[in-house]
Amino acid sequence: MIKVKINGQEQSWDGDPDLPLLWFLRDEAGLTGTKYGCGQALCGACTVIVDKEAVRACITSVNDVAGREVTTIEGLHPNGDHPVQKAWRQVNVPQCGFCQAGQIMQAAALLMDNPKPSHDQIREAMSGNICRCGCYQRIENAVHLASTGV
Amino acid sequence: MNFIDNPRRLRGFEKHIRVEKVSRRSILKGLGITGGFVLAAPVMSRQALAYETGAGKMPHGVVVDPRVFVSVAPDGIVTIVGHRSEMGTGVRTSLPLIVAEEMEADWSRVKVQQAHGDEVKFGNQDTDGSRSTRHYLIPMRQIGASARTMLEQAAAKRWGVAATEVKAVNHEVVHSASGRKLGFGELAGDAAKESVPSVEGLKLKDPKDFRYLGKGQVGIVDLHDITTGKARYGADVRLPGMKYAVIARPPVTGGKLVKFEPEEALKVPGVEKVMQVQGWPWPSKFQPLGGVAVIARNTGAAIKGRDALKLVWDDGPNGKYDSVAYRKELEEASRKSGLVLRKEGDADAALKGADKVIVGEYYIPHLAHVSMEPPVAVADVKGDKAEIWAPVQSPGGTREDVAKTLGIPEQNVTVNVTLLGGGFGRKSKCDFALEAALLSKELGAPVKVQWTREDDIHNGFLHTVSVERIEAGLDKSGKVIAWRHRSVAPSIASTFAAGTVHQAPFEIGMGLVDMPFEIANISCENPEAAAHTRIGWFRSVSNIPRAFAVQSMVGEIAQATGRDQKDMLLELIGSPRIVKPNVKDLWNYGEPQDSYPIDTARLRKVVELVAEKGEWGRKVPKGHGLGIAVHRSFVSYIATIVEVAVDDKGKLSVPRVDTAIDCGTYVNPERIASQIEGAAIMGLSLAKYGEITFKDGKVQQKNFDDFQVVRMDDSPVVTNVYIVPPGPDTPPSGVGEPGVPPFAPALINAIFAATGKRIRSLPIGKQLEA
Ligand code: FES
Ligand code: FES
Repeated sequence: MIKVKINGQEQSWDGDPDLPLLWFLRDEAGLTGTKYGCGQALCGACTVIVDKEAVRACITSVNDVAGREVTTIEGLHPNGDHPVQKAWRQVNVPQCGFCQAGQIMQAAALLMDNPKPSHDQIREAMSGNICRCGCYQRIENAVHLASTGV
Repeated sequence: MNFIDNPRRLRGFEKHIRVEKVSRRSILKGLGITGGFVLAAPVMSRQALAYETGAGKMPHGVVVDPRVFVSVAPDGIVTIVGHRSEMGTGVRTSLPLIVAEEMEADWSRVKVQQAHGDEVKFGNQDTDGSRSTRHYLIPMRQIGASARTMLEQAAAKRWGVAATEVKAVNHEVVHSASGRKLGFGELAGDAAKESVPSVEGLKLKDPKDFRYLGKGQVGIVDLHDITTGKARYGADVRLPGMKYAVIARPPVTGGKLVKFEPEEALKVPGVEKVMQVQGWPWPSKFQPLGGVAVIARNTGAAIKGRDALKLVWDDGPNGKYDSVAYRKELEEASRKSGLVLRKEGDADAALKGADKVIVGEYYIPHLAHVSMEPPVAVADVKGDKAEIWAPVQSPGGTREDVAKTLGIPEQNVTVNVTLLGGGFGRKSKCDFALEAALLSKELGAPVKVQWTREDDIHNGFLHTVSVERIEAGLDKSGKVIAWRHRSVAPSIASTFAAGTVHQAPFEIGMGLVDMPFEIANISCENPEAAAHTRIGWFRSVSNIPRAFAVQSMVGEIAQATGRDQKDMLLELIGSPRIVKPNVKDLWNYGEPQDSYPIDTARLRKVVELVAEKGEWGRKVPKGHGLGIAVHRSFVSYIATIVEVAVDDKGKLSVPRVDTAIDCGTYVNPERIASQIEGAAIMGLSLAKYGEITFKDGKVQQKNFDDFQVVRMDDSPVVTNVYIVPPGPDTPPSGVGEPGVPPFAPALINAIFAATGKRIRSLPIGKQLEA
C-alpha cells in the first residue's frame, strides 16, 4: 500500500506501484486537471509539483512519490487565485487550453525558484512545455506579470 | 462494409465535392420543429442583409430560432447555446456574444451551454473551414434581435403601451416616457409566450451602439475553468463503471490483423480484457482501422498491456510506401503536363518565347496535426441507444456515423461535445468515437478509448505531401508574361474513394487556380498522384504548399530581377480588380462569388498595411533578413513579414513577425490576434521541423522527439497583428486558418535575404547548417 499526499489529502494505492502518477491522478483519483500529451516527458502537459519541484507525472511512478507531497492544478490555490493563474487570465493566455495546466504548474515552480526571471530564463524554463496552439508570447507575458505582481 | 459504396451520405466529402447532392440536401429536411421557425437557406435575403454566404448549402443549413438558442430564467440568467465546437478559436464565446450583443443581454449574466450534436435542431455544426463567424454572424444577430423583440413585446403588453415605446437596454426593458423598467428575468415567462417575429421585420442594432462586437474586451467563457483545471475535455470524461481502452492498430494503412496473443497482456496488473476491434477496408472515410483493444481499470495499465501484446499484421497494398521514392515520383510527375484546370492565354508558347524562365520545384512533406489532446472518446452503448462524449469538430456527422456503424437510428444517438484540446482538422474525423462505440457495445459498459501520442502520429489522417512546380516566364523588361503551376499531391478525396488520383475542387481552389496575379498567360495543372495513407484536412489544407510555392516564386523573381520583394509582389498582384479565373465551377470556400470575390484591392491593402506597420525595408542587423508573403484563403486576406536571424552555425531564430489580416467584419479582435500569433508558431513549426516520412508503409516518427514542434525557446519573440477595419457591409471571413499559409514563404524569403540561400524543400531542418 503506497501513501501519497495529493493537494493536502492522503491517498493510497495498492495496485501496480509502477503505474505512472499521471494515470493514478487522472483515472484513479479523478483529478483530471493534469493532462496527457505525450507520455514521454516531451510536452509538459502532465506537469505537477512534487514538494517544491516541477515534475512530469507521465514518467514518475506512484511509488516514486510515496510519502511525498504532490500538488496538481486543482490544488495550486483554493480559489484559483495563485498569481500565475491570475496573470494567465489577465493576459488571456489560453487558446484550446489543454496545455495550460502544465504550463501554469511549470510557471509556478519557476517563480518559487526564481521570483524575477528574465526573458531568457522564462523562455528556457518553459521550453519543456509544448503549446500546439502557440500561446508562447502570452505565456511569457503572463509569467512576467505574475513575477511583478498581478 | 465500405461506405463509399453506400448510397447514403458521405458526409464531409460530399459537401465539398458533390455540389449537386449538397444543394439537394440543403433543401432543409426536418423543418418541422414545432413552434419555432427554421429558415430555408439562405437566411440572408440580399435586401435585408447586404450579403449572402454559403451557410445554407452546408448539411442542414442554418437555424434561426431564439427558442432553440436562448432561454431566460426568472433570476435573469440568460443561457445561450453554443452549437459549434471549441478547439481554441474562441467560437464558444464569440457566437453567444453576438446573440447577447443583439438582445442587449449583459454578458456577466450570460451562461453558455454547449449544444449536443443535432443539426436538425441547431443547423450545421461542422466546425471547420474557418466558417463559424462568416456563416453565423448574421443568424446569431437575428436570433438575438428576435429574443430582444419578444422581451420588448412582453414588457409593452404588461404596461399597456405600444411596443415602439419600449426599448431593451442592458438586461432590462425600459419605458422611458414613464421611467418604468423590467428586468429580463421578470419578463422571461411572458416573453416565452410571445410569437417569434419574422426575420424580415427584425431591426438589427446600429453597429455604433455595439457594446461587445468588434471590441475584444471579453475573455473566453472557459478562461477560469482552464486556469484551474476544471475545464472538461474529451479526455476528462468519467462515468461510473467506465473501462479504459487503448487499441493496437494496423501499422500500415490498409493492413489487417493476422493473429494476436493476449496472454502476456492479460498478466499486466489492472488489465481486464483483450479484444478484437472491427476494422473497415481502406479507404472507408472515417471508419475505424480495427486492431486489438486492451481494456483495463486505468489508461496506464491499458498502455502497458498493449505493449505486451504479440501481434502479426498483413501490411496489405501500401506496405511498400516509401517517402524517398514517392517524392521522386511526384517530382517526375510535376515535370510533365497534367490535367489542365485553368488556362488563360498560352503559357506553353509564352514560356518558350520568354527571355528568361525561372523554375521552382517546391516540396512539402506529410504533416501530423498533433493536437495537444490526442484523439479520445467515451461511449456508453446500451441496447439500441448510444451516448458519446467526445472532442469532435463534427458533432452532427459523428452522430450519423455512430448510428450507421452501430446500425441504430440516429435519434437514438446522443453526442455530447466536450472542449477540444486542439483540433486542426484531425477531430473532423470521428473514427475514435466510432471505436469507443464499438467497444462499449461489445463490453456492455461505458468505455474510454485513449489514443497515445504514438497512435496519433502513426494512424492519423495526415496532411498531404506535395510537389508544386512553378515556371515563370519573363520578357526582356523583366515583366512576368507566363505562369505555369503544376501541383502534384494525393487528395483528401482518396480517403473516401479508392482510385482517386486527382485533387478535388476544394483542394485546387486553395491557391492553385485562384492565383490572383495579373499575368497574360497562365496554366494551372494537376498531374496524377495516388495516395498510400489516409489523407485528411489539416489547418489551412492545400493553402500551405500553394502559398509556400507561389510566394517563394515571387521572392525568386525579385531575386532574379534585382527588385524589392514587396514591390515585386505588388507588381504581380497588379491593378485593383476582381479576379475571375478561367476555371469551370471555381470553388470559393463554399461562398458565392458575389459576396466573396477575389479582390486584389484587398490583397494589395494587406501588403501595404503590413509593409507600413511592420516597417518593411528597415535596417536589420547582420545575419538578419526580412521576408514578405501574402495569401488569400478562407476568403480572408493576410500578409506577413518575418524577420529571421541566422547565426554562423546556421541556427535560425525569429525576432519579429508582423501580420496584417483583412477578415471583413469581425467579432473579437483579441481572439483574432491569438489565432494569428498561434498561426505564426504553427507556420514556423512546419517550416522548421514538420515532416512525417514513411518506410515500408509505416510512419517513421513517433512522438514529439522526432516530430518536433516549436517550443518557447525558438518561438518568435514578438508577433504583431494588424486588423484591417471592415467597410460597413464587408462580410466576415475566415480567421482560424488563413494565418498559417503566408508564414513559411515569408520566412523562406527572409532566409534568402539573410543568407542568400533559397530553400525549396521543407522542412528547413539542417539545410542552413554548414
Ligand atoms: S505527458 Fe508528460 S510530458 Fe507529455
Ligand atoms: S492552448 Fe492549446 S495547446 Fe496550448
